[in-house]
Amino acid sequence: MKPVYIHSAVAISAQDSFNLEVEFARLSRSVKKVPAIHPIYRDFISPSSLRRMAPVVKMGVAAAKKALQQAELTAPDAIITGSGMGCMEDTEKFLNTLIANNESFLTPTAFIQSTHNTVGAQIALDLKCKGYNTTYVHGSLSFESALLDSQMLIQEEAISVLVGGVDELGTEFVDYVLMLEAKKDNPMQIPFSEGAAFFVLSSEKKKSSVQLIDIQTTTIISEENIIPAVKEFLKSNGLEPSDIDAVFTGNRGDAFDNYYKKIESDLFSEIESVHFKEFSGEYYTASAFGMWMAYQLIANQTSLDRFQTKKSFENVLIYNQENGKNHSFVLLSKC
Amino acid sequence: MQNKIAITGMGIVSALGQTVEATKNALTQSKSGISALQNIESIHKGVLQVGEINLTNKALTELLKLHDNNFTRTALLGALAATEAFKNADLASENKKRIGLISATTVGGMDRTERYFKTFESQPEKQKYISSHHAGDSTHKIAEALEIKGFTTTISTACSSSANAIMLGARMLVAGKVDQVLVGGTDALSKFTINGFNSLLLLSDSYCKPFDAARDGLNLGEASAYLVLERAEDVKDKPILAYLSGFANANDAHHQTASSENGEGAFLAMQKALQKAGLQPSQIDYINAHGTATPNNDLSESVALQRIFGDAVPDFSSTKPFTGHTLAAAGAVEAVFSVLALQENLVFPNLHFETKMPETQLTPVTKLKKKELNHVLSNSFGFGGNCSTLLFSKK
Repeated sequence: MKPVYIHSAVAISAQDSFNLEVEFARLSRSVKKVPAIHPIYRDFISPSSLRRMAPVVKMGVAAAKKALQQAELTAPDAIITGSGMGCMEDTEKFLNTLIANNESFLTPTAFIQSTHNTVGAQIALDLKCKGYNTTYVHGSLSFESALLDSQMLIQEEAISVLVGGVDELGTEFVDYVLMLEAKKDNPMQIPFSEGAAFFVLSSEKKKSSVQLIDIQTTTIISEENIIPAVKEFLKSNGLEPSDIDAVFTGNRGDAFDNYYKKIESDLFSEIESVHFKEFSGEYYTASAFGMWMAYQLIANQTSLDRFQTKKSFENVLIYNQENGKNHSFVLLSKC
Repeated sequence: MQNKIAITGMGIVSALGQTVEATKNALTQSKSGISALQNIESIHKGVLQVGEINLTNKALTELLKLHDNNFTRTALLGALAATEAFKNADLASENKKRIGLISATTVGGMDRTERYFKTFESQPEKQKYISSHHAGDSTHKIAEALEIKGFTTTISTACSSSANAIMLGARMLVAGKVDQVLVGGTDALSKFTINGFNSLLLLSDSYCKPFDAARDGLNLGEASAYLVLERAEDVKDKPILAYLSGFANANDAHHQTASSENGEGAFLAMQKALQKAGLQPSQIDYINAHGTATPNNDLSESVALQRIFGDAVPDFSSTKPFTGHTLAAAGAVEAVFSVLALQENLVFPNLHFETKMPETQLTPVTKLKKKELNHVLSNSFGFGGNCSTLLFSKK
């Protein structure tokens, strides 16, 4: 396997992660929805384009362009995007007009921008990038699918890949999802949110200090089998649980946190664990924010909530799942 | 290519029928599946020409032997075609942990969402369709129905989606991440897509006429199609239907919805796929074109064909007049057609063509044509400049 280096990582989220000037704080548990802290987009996108763009496109294009700037790259060989819900705001806009006007007097703008590949397409258009371009829309594994494709592409031929995950809150559908969540016996305790996290991956080391070691997605793992599954994943990369210096998990305060609690208590009780969704809120591609946090920890050797239990952070595991399904393991290491 | 990729199973449901056999019969009899919209309560009902599948959701539910469920039409169609492909390749006896599923969709659960969007709060019995809206839902349902436990994901790149699913499946096999992989796509007709394309003035008032000088837009369709891919060296005791010999993905980077005048994205995709397969343009015997019958696509694709093939553009046709444009499913539907073409040594006709377009003077094959076929090229292009080309070979 060729090593895969991470040259840059940029996130827009409910934290001021784009500028990294303010210390992170856990989101309030009493609110249901928290919008992203949006940067000044005109530094990255022309005003005429900005007017048409929904938050998901703005967040995606701005995070992607800043990630390229940080990596000192003008155009990547491939652009791979993950989005669980896609362009919800324009989907809702077109659907509501369709219903209200009984299928008459419709203008196409919202429809055009409602397709799931809009973000990837807008990035390609902006960069005039004619290379490989695809979009994954597989719920909470959307970003991980994109990451896996990127890793494979670097093994095959690509030198540099721009990869990211992005989702927006939208205005209506999310309330129906929240309505269902509230009916559960043990609903989640963190708000819904939105965000984008983009990374430049490369087969060349250059100045990078973080390596993507491996990524694995599995649809079904029972609670009893989560410990062996994590161990097996680490073992396949020549590591033991004791080699891991920090673990980032997608806890939401609901019944399925048992998966995370198990690995924390049985495998990683001695090390720091970060529940990244307490900072980002929940959305299908929140795990991209989790990877962004893990990247910052390794690159800067200091964490964003200022925990400091170890002198050096070499290997970091990110583990996420959705209602006990769609498990993902991502392993990053210092290089 | 490092590993030869064998196709060992296929399944399809479209306006042409519910099985590969029915599809083959319709194609060889030049029998189109296009008719006036019936199954959707819409102002376009009875007027708009579409490739609709002649099965109600209730009938599909019975065929799949489902009880209380929240399957959307997209998922129902997907499960039906995927089951046929799964059985065709005899996957039941394989290790389910090593079987992958890569599915594509553009609308996801929109066919239910658009019906209940304004009543989710007041109708508790419809709330089960909230969680079935997102695009990954139909994939999960297919995986569950077939007990597939290996790598599973969903792709959405507009009308090139399932071509990209097929491509990813081949790459996962080469990378050794799966042993068999079910690849394809599913899209049900919805008011959302019908009105979207209508608002873009991309729909024909009658039957679509790909590559004709007087083409005036596309017919939409619904379909689902899946293929089973395996590493050829691993296939021991089952027939190989054909090989996936090349594939490529490029981006036109020209406009969100329109194709470039010189067909750059299409040109790059075809060029890269030929290189990957190690084939010369002169070795291509038939092209199953994207050919949506919009003025823009067909001109752009024709220019790209001439850039690749020069004066010797091989026999080509668009089969969209048979099925309508089935969006995310189109790449897989036409992959099935390409394999059938190789198996039967038949070039399927480009129905409704009359007059060459003045810019390129290309004439597609208009009558069913019998000839020896060894290599077939299939194009799929989508909004967002997403262009993909697949190559299928007999040996």
